[in-house]
Amino acid sequence: MLEVDRSTPPALIWHGEGWRLERLPPERSRIVYAPEPLPPLADPDAAIREALLSPLGDCPPLPALLRPGMRLTIAFDDLSLPLPPMKRPDNRQRVIEAVLDMAAAAGVDDVTLVAALGLHRRMTEAELRHALGDRVYDAFAPQGRLLQHDAEDPDGLVLVGRTDHGEEVEVNRRVAESDLLVYVNINLVAMDGGHKSTSTGLMSYRSVRHHHNVRTLAHSRSLMDQPRSELHSSAWRIGRLLGEHIKVFQVETTLNNDAFPPQLAFLQKREWEWGLRDRASFVAASQGLQLLTERSRRSLFQSILAPHQMTSVQAGEVEAVHASTIANLHRQQLVDVEGQTDVVIFGLPHVGPYNVGSIMNPLLVMCLGLGYFFNMYIGKPLVRPGGVVILSHPTPWAFHPVHHPSYIDFFEEVLAATTDPAEIEKTYEERFATDPWYRHLYRTSYAYHGVHPFYMWYWGVHALEHAASTVVVGGDRRAVRRMGFKPASTLADALEMAEDQVGRSPTVTYFRCPPLMLANVH
Amino acid sequence: MPRGSAALSCLSGHLPRLAGEAPPLAPELRRPAPRTGAEPKCELARSNSYMKALQVERSLPRFAAARVASGWRAGAGARVGPLRLVDITPPEVPGPGWQRLSPRLSGICGSDLATIDGRSSRWFEPIVSFPFVPGHEVVADTEAGRRAVLEPVLGCEARGIVPMCRACSQGRRRHCEHLTGGHVSPGLQTGFCRDTGGGWSAAFVAHESQLHYVPEGLPDEAAVLAEPAACAVHAALCALPVGAQPSTEPTAVVIGAGTLGLCVVAALSRWREDIARVLVVAKYPHQRALATELGATAVASPDELRRAVRRVTGSWILGNGQLSGGAAVVIDCAGTPSSLASALAVAAPGGQVVLAGMPAPSHLDLTPLWQREVRLSGCYTYGPEPAAGGRHSFDLAFELVATARLERLVSATYPLDRAAEAIEHAASAGPRGAVKVAFDMRGEPRRLSLLTGKDR
Repeated sequence: MLEVDRSTPPALIWHGEGWRLERLPPERSRIVYAPEPLPPLADPDAAIREALLSPLGDCPPLPALLRPGMRLTIAFDDLSLPLPPMKRPDNRQRVIEAVLDMAAAAGVDDVTLVAALGLHRRMTEAELRHALGDRVYDAFAPQGRLLQHDAEDPDGLVLVGRTDHGEEVEVNRRVAESDLLVYVNINLVAMDGGHKSTSTGLMSYRSVRHHHNVRTLAHSRSLMDQPRSELHSSAWRIGRLLGEHIKVFQVETTLNNDAFPPQLAFLQKREWEWGLRDRASFVAASQGLQLLTERSRRSLFQSILAPHQMTSVQAGEVEAVHASTIANLHRQQLVDVEGQTDVVIFGLPHVGPYNVGSIMNPLLVMCLGLGYFFNMYIGKPLVRPGGVVILSHPTPWAFHPVHHPSYIDFFEEVLAATTDPAEIEKTYEERFATDPWYRHLYRTSYAYHGVHPFYMWYWGVHALEHAASTVVVGGDRRAVRRMGFKPASTLADALEMAEDQVGRSPTVTYFRCPPLMLANVH
Repeated sequence: MPRGSAALSCLSGHLPRLAGEAPPLAPELRRPAPRTGAEPKCELARSNSYMKALQVERSLPRFAAARVASGWRAGAGARVGPLRLVDITPPEVPGPGWQRLSPRLSGICGSDLATIDGRSSRWFEPIVSFPFVPGHEVVADTEAGRRAVLEPVLGCEARGIVPMCRACSQGRRRHCEHLTGGHVSPGLQTGFCRDTGGGWSAAFVAHESQLHYVPEGLPDEAAVLAEPAACAVHAALCALPVGAQPSTEPTAVVIGAGTLGLCVVAALSRWREDIARVLVVAKYPHQRALATELGATAVASPDELRRAVRRVTGSWILGNGQLSGGAAVVIDCAGTPSSLASALAVAAPGGQVVLAGMPAPSHLDLTPLWQREVRLSGCYTYGPEPAAGGRHSFDLAFELVATARLERLVSATYPLDRAAEAIEHAASAGPRGAVKVAFDMRGEPRRLSLLTGKDR
């Protein structure tokens, strides 16, 4: 963390497919930087084999669970992880290949892969090949043994029970009818993994709605702190009940913070550490971006592949695995921060979990800023109650018509009427969730589920309740106002607007993310 | 006359025909020779006083200038075009049953704006006569001191044509086949006829068959909306009953939220119980608010229309943007090429599009009309409404303006000598937060003396 004084160089603030260099008010500002990337596992494939053979918790080694004639299902996280997408080979490919080797050795013939989409859009062939590798894809896809979870398939779902809270557990039929489920995860942030993997990725809307709603999200403080997250409490109940019906062997991996390729290394470094090469890269990239059209810039940024590398892999019983995963993730991402601040600044990059290969529409801006970045804490939020959140992003009034059809209607119809999450949930959610057209597009095209934009809005509930206002720097003014936020042309204007809310000379924290980090606010 | 923008009138060298240049008519339809002293005259029409009036002249350069200027800013034709503030003698009473009236308020309609900006369709050339005083949305004082609103269509009865055409004899004056004959010069309505004068003046003449007396207690601001409200009532009631359609809830779409559109929304809410949902296309915040207050169940901006209809009707959007279903009734109150194209795009298979706003020449893909058997019908003015037990549109309009408090749609009034400002305000009513702009003659000196020839 850096206390800003008059000699501090301007800070790079992400701004969608680009960035801004801004000077922060000296003597009352601080910058929270992500930790340096951890050294990766020297031999990830060996580490994976070791994890499969030496599982955590009350769980036998994977080979002991495999036998001829059994039904084995391997589920894996979808394209929303990791961010940016990582260079090949992806963690999922490495783990799945190891699991398949063991299954083959045990004589298991009935193996099916399932992309755990939850209510996300289906993955394209290219995306599946990237995640799984060509060898796995070519072995399974042509035979119809590479499935994508369909949360709306009436024949493809099974109700296995209800939790003691009345939460229906309706799961993918192939999973429910398997002798063993191996779930392969990439734990990019602390919210991921554990029982949330199965209770979100392999369930129906009927089940997901129990943890993805205004009440749970308002009581998840934070989403990245599982013991203090109502969303996770519900997911844990559902996951445990699922575990009573199906043997789940969880494999979780973590990545280091190496998020950008060498030509964009300056994005990884603190500004005062920039050398001549970094400065030259910065100038060249900045000038080059100005010459591109918006569409070209988007394509360019979406093509970035991160040189992420695996820092840990653990396998076995879900909760024991996840505890170890979180410890490893904290080792990379946790940053101690002393006290809260009046104003927090989040520069939002070009990609979030739901716009891989797509457009960061205004709802995704809201979700990334107030849902993810705001929740990247344990303890207390970075900003004090009644403080101001400043987001930096172009926030275009633009939507990907194939990926986000219900987002468009949510933005045009729902937010035109109200921005109150409770009112939105009560009045509109069911209609969108059951709309036959959205259902058709989700099942047959590449559309997010009809209810998905609601979850984007709910994701920000905690921040909406906590902060007094949200200011968006450099955003489309109409789009920003539609969401109930305040537009500002410059950071200086935004800080001035914030003073109206929190008083003169407020303390300011700039959370310079990505690379990813988790603030431990004392 | 319904409002809306329209297209080129006089720029291609085809000036509107003068009355005498109209195509030959059957002898009984020819305009009578100028009156002689032997003809019946109304004593009250003997005033030789001059009065202030806004007059549209037949001037090609002025029409051309208006068209050019209006391309830069809507309503700019008022400053350079064919409309002029003049002192003229009040119109003479043309025949029996006619009387002189003194306007109180007279609205500015979309068709007036199209004329002033040189954008009216050439269709009107044989059925207008220059110079004319515009103004057909009028509440006025009669000679007897009563307030009346004008039903401006100049049909057989007003023209003294006997026998009346079949349409007029059945009360469907809007379908009159004799718009160029009888006592007065060609003119489809008062406000487009050189002999009658119009509402944008201190006095005009009207036939008794054109008058609807204003109920006691109804303010002038409400009464001046009776004419557009009558158009709206007719539009709402001429849409066929909603029957089998893809949506579980019969839906009407109203495109445009100016005066006509808002009145249509109010009329649909009041009289069309078969229509469960009314979706209104509105551009501006005040229009959205008014549409909702008047009964719209949903409001969308023009570029959101297809998706809004999809949501309301539960249909799907297919690959090229077309809807699998749509609305049972679409009432186009804008009349622009894009609004008509939108109307056709969102009408359900077997549905109907009612063109209520005065249209402009359009190039349209009629394939959806054909493939989906969509019924496209014009909707012009008013008359007895079969769907309301034969009650006249104006009777229903009085009821509508009173119950829906439509006087709130009158946003601004101007005296005649501030005509350019008034026209510009009316032409940009939406962006300026207004709906109806009207001329207010109540402050005109000697206004009522023009009725009697002496000061009252």
